[in-house]
This record gives sequence, structure tokens and C-alpha cells, in this order.
Amino acid sequence: VTPSEGARGGTGRQLEMESVLALRGLVLLRDSVEWEGRSLLKALIKKAALGGEQVHILGCEVSEEEFRAGFDSSVNSRLVYYDLFRDPLNWAQTGEALPGGPLGALQAMCERTDPGPVTVALDSLSWLLLRLPCAALCQALCAMSRRHACRGGSLAAEQLCVLGLLHRELHGPGPMGALSSLAQTEVTLSGTAGQASAHILCRRPRQRPTLETLWFSVLPDLSLDLQGGPPLESQPHPDPHTPQVDPASHLTFNLHLSKREREAKDSLTLPFQFSSEKQQALLRPGPGPATSRIFYEPDTFDDLDPEDPDGDLDV
Amino acid sequence: KCPGRLADYASAYVHRRIPGGPGKLTLLCDANTDGSFLVHHFLSFYLKANCKVCFVALIQSFSHYNIVGQKLGVSLTVARECGQLVFLEGLKSSVDVFFRAQAEPHPLQFLREANAENLQPLYEFVREALKPVDDGEAAWRCPVLLVDDLSVLLSLGMGAVAVLDFIHYCRATVCWERKGNIVALVHDSGDTEDEENNILLNGLSHQSHLILRAEGLATGFCRDVHGQLRILWRTPSQPTTQRDQSLTYQYKIQDKSVSFFAKGMSPAVL
Repeated sequence: VTPSEGARGGTGRQLEMESVLALRGLVLLRDSVEWEGRSLLKALIKKAALGGEQVHILGCEVSEEEFRAGFDSSVNSRLVYYDLFRDPLNWAQTGEALPGGPLGALQAMCERTDPGPVTVALDSLSWLLLRLPCAALCQALCAMSRRHACRGGSLAAEQLCVLGLLHRELHGPGPMGALSSLAQTEVTLSGTAGQASAHILCRRPRQRPTLETLWFSVLPDLSLDLQGGPPLESQPHPDPHTPQVDPASHLTFNLHLSKREREAKDSLTLPFQFSSEKQQALLRPGPGPATSRIFYEPDTFDDLDPEDPDGDLDV
Repeated sequence: KCPGRLADYASAYVHRRIPGGPGKLTLLCDANTDGSFLVHHFLSFYLKANCKVCFVALIQSFSHYNIVGQKLGVSLTVARECGQLVFLEGLKSSVDVFFRAQAEPHPLQFLREANAENLQPLYEFVREALKPVDDGEAAWRCPVLLVDDLSVLLSLGMGAVAVLDFIHYCRATVCWERKGNIVALVHDSGDTEDEENNILLNGLSHQSHLILRAEGLATGFCRDVHGQLRILWRTPSQPTTQRDQSLTYQYKIQDKSVSFFAKGMSPAVL
């Protein structure tokens, strides 16, 4: 991404992000150990709350106090929080735990959403997926959108947004695939050199899926700051002015052949190379230096018996 | 020769820089090497810092930790006697599970049950051990839970989710309610087929504020450099302005301390 595109792309990117965030349906925020996604989730929640939507949060992984930290009071007052952190499995037996366990809590959330634009945040979908059967979780997510649609009329399905935080390393391809197939948008978080990026895959009905990459950071007040691309100094590029060093120079032996030497080398036939010329030369007994002779002077003890050449051996 | 200088720095860093003070989960993990020196360090660190420590020690005997602790300057016997240290000696008390009458649940009850579903008795033990005392005597500083180690629970038949649930409840009680800290060791076998251990390791990594990872050197065993330590600071819910919060150091374990140095800067090779 060149700097000029980054400058131009500021508002363009903002509009793209707006259009992404305007999507409804299931949105998966897939993060990793190195690039956490909770701050992006909180930034999206803040945006939804300031936009006048109802916001319901199912909090499993961090305490309500920790989750609400960073939101100002106007946002905090709009959040309806279901606390599954303190006693999710009812070990304390105080009667304060949400009835029905995690699945019951999820279903209870659907019941309580009023018609109209609503954002439901699941922190996290991974926590639920580890403890609930995948099929039950997927059915609950489908039921949520169906119930909202039934209640609000024909356009209501477009007004429900479910943000699910998913930790990539925790699940196998089966559950991930099942959730992907239900999701309208998948945001995969990664980054380079200290700059976070979001790869956004959108599946709009009757349109081709689109994939785009946005570089962003979440500010301490939980607003989103979009950048054009990674910082320039992090992009490695070869220096065009570095001269290429020839390793074959300055040697004490010669690795190169002159033209005449190369021609002589190419025209040489190897001794064991059997060409047709060689075959003819062997078949044709040539006179003169081609033939050789053996001169033998027998001494007195030699018995030259042509029939039994070994006759002189006393065996 | 102060013991484990860098790990001290890392702990102090965590407490100072991350807003909200203590109440953090530190994950220790080791791959291709023995990371137990980190456990010994944190045990002595928190005892010297006057914290109330609950140590779930499943790997070694009390005397082993005591001997190493003495080299690092703390006496576990004294700490236990004066109530600063609550020590669950897994090796010894696991035998009690089988030979005691089943009157009250034992923290290691799951060893006896064929289908132990959760580690609730162990959690109840921790909660009881770190309960605040009201009798007005010298209060210890923030409570600390130390576990050596969590991977052995998988070997003993518990599922990864059961161990994650145990740590979840400990976090709710020790970190959130009591503003204490948790330090736990998990082994990374490097075996991608060990799904349970990978779920445990990754699940805990996502909940941790600080991850200390001891790794063997890629080139193999070395007499002067025992391994390298990767430090990753995470803030699971608050955005940070800079993301480059990871450091790598190499270390050598000596008799009474651990010395850290930058990669390639071991005194043996300089």
C-alpha cells in the first residue's frame, strides 16, 4: 500500500468499515493469542450503543467489571449484561447463577431482545463452543435470529447483529466450519510489526463473497482508528543501489574459458563415446600405424605345439 | 547474584504497568526443557513479598521444594507453620484419598472417581485456603495461587475443559474477588496430536496477562546456555497503544540463581 493510497483511502476505508459494520447477522471475530480480539469487540459494541441500538452481552471469560472498563457512562448504561463469569456451572449453589447453565443463558438472551435494531455480543463463542455441543450452539444461534425475525416483521432479521468472539487455536476444523457456514461475516485478526489487521470476509445474499484487509488500532477510549497499511519502515524492500558482488572475481585460479578453449572443448570426442565413425574405424582393419605386431623369439625350452599350447607345462 | 532478575522485573512490570494492579494470571509454559525453575522463582518471590500463598504441588514432594526454596532464601517449613503458605502435597495426599473414609470431599477426589466430571473439590480447597482472615492479625498481602502443574491433571484423567473450568473458578475467586494472582505451569509437548493439552495451553494463553515460555535451544543441549525464555505481555480486554510486547532472553540455571542474557551474549561465547 503506497502512502498516497493511504491518504486517499482514509475516508474510503472508513466508509468500507461502516458498510461492514452495518451488516447484520452472525459476525465471527476470530482472534489468536498474539492478536486479541476483545478490544475490537468492545469498539464495535461502543459503536452500536452510540448508534442507538440495544446491546446485550453474554460475558463468560472476564468479569463484568473488567468488560465494562473503558466504556464511558453513556455507553455503559445502554449495555444489558448477562454475567456467566462468576458462577457459570452453579458450583456456589447460591441461587444467583443464571438458570439453565450456559445454554439456558443464551436462550434467555433471545427471549429478552425487543424488536428493533439489536446487537448481541458473545464473549466468547469459544467458551460456549468448548462446553456446549456444537449442534446445540448452532441451533441456538439460528433460533435467535429466527425469533427476532418473527417478532419484528419482515425487516427484523436485518436488524439483529450477533458478534461472536472466537479464539482460532481452540477449535478443530469441524466446529469452525459449522460456525463459518452460519456466519454472514468473518473477521480474522492478525498483524505485522505491531500493527493489527483485520481480514474481512463478507457473504452478502445474492452477491459474491468479498475479502478485504483493513489495518486498524483500537484507541484507549475504544474508538476505532483505521490506517491505510502497515507502517512503511516495517516493509522490507531490496536496496537498488547495492552493487552485486561477483564471487568469481579475485580468485587465484581461472574459472572462465576463452572462446577458442570452449570450441576445442566442445569438439572433443570422449574416449568411450561410441560414435558411428569409431565403429567404422574398428571394423576396417587399417594398414600402417593402425596395426601392431608382436615379435617372439622362442628359447630352447619352449615347446610350440599348436594343438596343445599348454603341453610344455609339467602338469 | 539476585535470583531470577528478569523474572522479578517481569512480575514487577506486570504489577506496575497494567492498570488495575494485581488480579492477573501468569502462565508458565515449557517446551523441550524443564520450566520448573520458574515455579521455584515465583514461589520464593511471593513468599518474600509477604503474600499469602496456596501452592497446589502435584509434581514434587514438599522437601524438594523446601530444599530449592532454601537456596533461593525462603523456608517453606517456617512459612507453612506461620500460616503464610498452604501447601497441598499431591504425592502424599493422593494416597489419603484411597485410605481415608469418604467423610468429606478430598481436593484430589477425582482420583477415586471413575467418571470425575469436574475439579470442584480442588477449587473448594483453594477457596478455603485463600479465604480472608478476620481475626485482625498481621494480614498478608494479596493472595496467590501457584500450581505445579496443570498438565499432570490431564494425565490423571481430567479433560481439558474440566481443568479450564477449575482455573476459571479460581480466577473468579482469587483474581477478581480477592484481587490476587495466579501462576500456573503447563507443559507444551509440541505434539500437535495431543488435542487436550493444546486446548488447555491455548485456552489459558487467551486468559493470561503474562506468558513466560521456556524453550530448549533449537540447536540442542548446551552446557552454558540452558534455554531461552520468551516473555509475552497480553492485555485480554484493554487496548494497548503498542503491540510489540514480546521479548526473548537466553538463560543459564546456576545453583542459587538464574542468569539471563540477550541472545548470543552468553559469557561463555563472548
